[in-house]
Amino acid sequence: MAEKTAPDTGRARGNLPPLELYVPEPRYRPGDVVDYSHLPVPPAGQLGRPDENCPASETWPMTTDMIRVLDEEARAVGPWNPGLDAETLRRMLRTMALTRAFDDRMYRGQRQGKTSFYMKCTGEEAISVAHAHALAHDDMVFPTYRQQGILISRGYPLVEMVNQIYSNRADKLKGRQLPVMYSAKDYGFFSISGNLATQYPQAVGWAMASAIKGDTRIATAFVGEGSSAEGDFHAAMTFAAVYNAPVVLNVVNNQWAISSFSGFAGAERTTFAARAAGYGIAGLRVDGNDALAVYAASRWAADRARANQGPTLIEHFTYRAEGHSTSDDPSAYRSAQEREEWPLGDPIMRLKKHLIALGEWSEAQQEAMDRELVEQVKVATKEAEKNGVLGHGLHHPFHTMFEDVFEELPWHLEEQAAQAIREREIKWPEWKGEGA
Amino acid sequence: MTEENALSLHDAPTRSMNMIEAINDALDIMMARDPDIVILGEDVGYFGGVFRATAGLQKKYGRNRVFDSPINECGIVGAAVGMAAYGLRPVPEIQFADYIYPGLDQLVSEAARMRYRSAGEFTSPITIRSPFGGGIFGGQTHSQSPEAMFTHVAGLKTVIPATPHDAKGLLIAAIEDNDPVIFFEPKRIYNGPFDGYYDKPSRTWKGHPGSLVPEGYYKIPLGKARIVREGAALTVLSYGTMVHVAEAVLAEKGIDAEIIDLRTLVPLDMATVEKSVEKTGKCLVIHEATRTSGFGAELVTLVQERCFYHLEAPVERVTGFDTPYPHSLEWAYFPGPVRIGEAVDRLMKE
Repeated sequence: MAEKTAPDTGRARGNLPPLELYVPEPRYRPGDVVDYSHLPVPPAGQLGRPDENCPASETWPMTTDMIRVLDEEARAVGPWNPGLDAETLRRMLRTMALTRAFDDRMYRGQRQGKTSFYMKCTGEEAISVAHAHALAHDDMVFPTYRQQGILISRGYPLVEMVNQIYSNRADKLKGRQLPVMYSAKDYGFFSISGNLATQYPQAVGWAMASAIKGDTRIATAFVGEGSSAEGDFHAAMTFAAVYNAPVVLNVVNNQWAISSFSGFAGAERTTFAARAAGYGIAGLRVDGNDALAVYAASRWAADRARANQGPTLIEHFTYRAEGHSTSDDPSAYRSAQEREEWPLGDPIMRLKKHLIALGEWSEAQQEAMDRELVEQVKVATKEAEKNGVLGHGLHHPFHTMFEDVFEELPWHLEEQAAQAIREREIKWPEWKGEGA
Repeated sequence: MTEENALSLHDAPTRSMNMIEAINDALDIMMARDPDIVILGEDVGYFGGVFRATAGLQKKYGRNRVFDSPINECGIVGAAVGMAAYGLRPVPEIQFADYIYPGLDQLVSEAARMRYRSAGEFTSPITIRSPFGGGIFGGQTHSQSPEAMFTHVAGLKTVIPATPHDAKGLLIAAIEDNDPVIFFEPKRIYNGPFDGYYDKPSRTWKGHPGSLVPEGYYKIPLGKARIVREGAALTVLSYGTMVHVAEAVLAEKGIDAEIIDLRTLVPLDMATVEKSVEKTGKCLVIHEATRTSGFGAELVTLVQERCFYHLEAPVERVTGFDTPYPHSLEWAYFPGPVRIGEAVDRLMKE
């Protein structure tokens, strides 16, 4: 780079230095040797756990530290240990493993041409699964596209997920949404947008409505660290603070927003959890690959919201182990070593080791479970394929394209529907799809 | 209740109201009828709104149902989307239509498509009230008419009343509608009709037939235009403030025009428009908004597509200029009697 040769602006600068624009650059690019020694990983069990009803300011020291429960020997230590029984731990482990097995199969399905698009959450399973386990079953979740673990935790049928991913004739969303943009109202899972961070102020509004009605349900919302830069984040934080809304606002800091590292969302200046202090709300920063820590922080925030003590911002510190989506190739912009060297490990392996250390699980059981889950996903996939895969004709009837724009079809949409059906008769005279 | 079975409406006792009073009355009636209705917006609570549309409502219905919001339109609309998903029926106020843009993503990408993208699991029964239009020396940030930005969006309804009577009935219909409705209130005619002569003393609504507002609950269905005046020589399509300006100009010129107040832009009452143009053979479209890609372009196209063989002259449109709304030159910008008069003369020469 040419050093300090001041560009000629035609304007006298006297003895002032030329101003410099700082453009963040990640530490490692493809091929680089990765060294995480700059990344502080505090020992598990060290942080105190304040009462859920504490003043928000008591949590602020925790927003630049990290809540960790599982230590290097896979023991659960310290005041944040949620003390879950072995049955619950095994259920969480199983759900995390099922989420991963589902992701793997759907990723392959996309590569086999059964759908257009898929997004995995590999390495982030603890965040959605442990968070879901810390909520009441009817609390409302406003997710991003990487919280499939919540839907699976709540028992949503896998076959319905696959139907949606294949956009087939059984897809409850009628083939209208990009794959993985689920909607499951009966499972407390809000319609996923695809426009980033819009769900954040919506979750606050839902929580405000719950408070207006004197309900007991709370809302929780997710964004990635990248889209915490959106104005919606500020809108949500302001509204949540102003109305003391019963909401948990989660930031999943997985280090990468497609190819932009977290520095482009401000991570070089402070943590994402630390933003809570500026709004005067509680904030927690948690090891996102530690299912027990995620559970404990989520439960703390949910209990606080339910007790009318207001919102909490939680940063889940993790790593996006795979590409952003099937359309992304991370080897083009980051070092493959990042994943291998990630100091917080793999969330499934850590919980498995913990259960084994407790004497409540074994490698043999893990292997048997994994085989069982692969089979479970396979069965759901085969079942869904009976209803078709994307682009193979088994769609919803043409007329559904025009339905639900409004509650009732106005004349101009009726006319356009007639046009679409006329075109179908020309383009696909052999069409045997059901209905018009 | 619709106009078809509104016989009793004509018998209902009426009160002379200005448009603000009529809107306030509609909100009051609906809040009493439906406990799920909440109002939020800048200054709408204790103070009752900068134009007083929500005056007295917080006192009557409590701070849980009528409350001030942060100055953040993204948050106002976004929270309303979440409230609607919960099951409420929010009626947010955006203080000026000019301020709506920070909330645009929440309206266009979220509220408008919620029913569609969730296949009906979640809906957005939200009515966004917002004063719009110029003629009050509001400069470029308090005068815009952005209706075409919303009519362009699949899933939004756009409603614009021109009288206190219509404002009340349309607002009640909008609130009860299960889809998101943009309800633009022409602020120039909040306190009285306007004939386009800025230099004449302003009038109040008193004595205007449109100011006679029935007491109690009534609805004017969305998607139903109003024939302001029947006539045979020319069809005028307009809405909001410009309905009154058109009425005055054509009366002054002594032309037997059929003047149609569209009232709802989406869904549009095209049947009424077609019937009129087939009768008159001439059509003039008037709006205050900027010209290029304005709603007038849609109207002209529809008339051309559907009434071509009945037309005796090219369809004319009169609009604001394609500039920001100026402050000192407001009355040079406004599509007033001179601009309308010229277009009428061209049409009547054919």
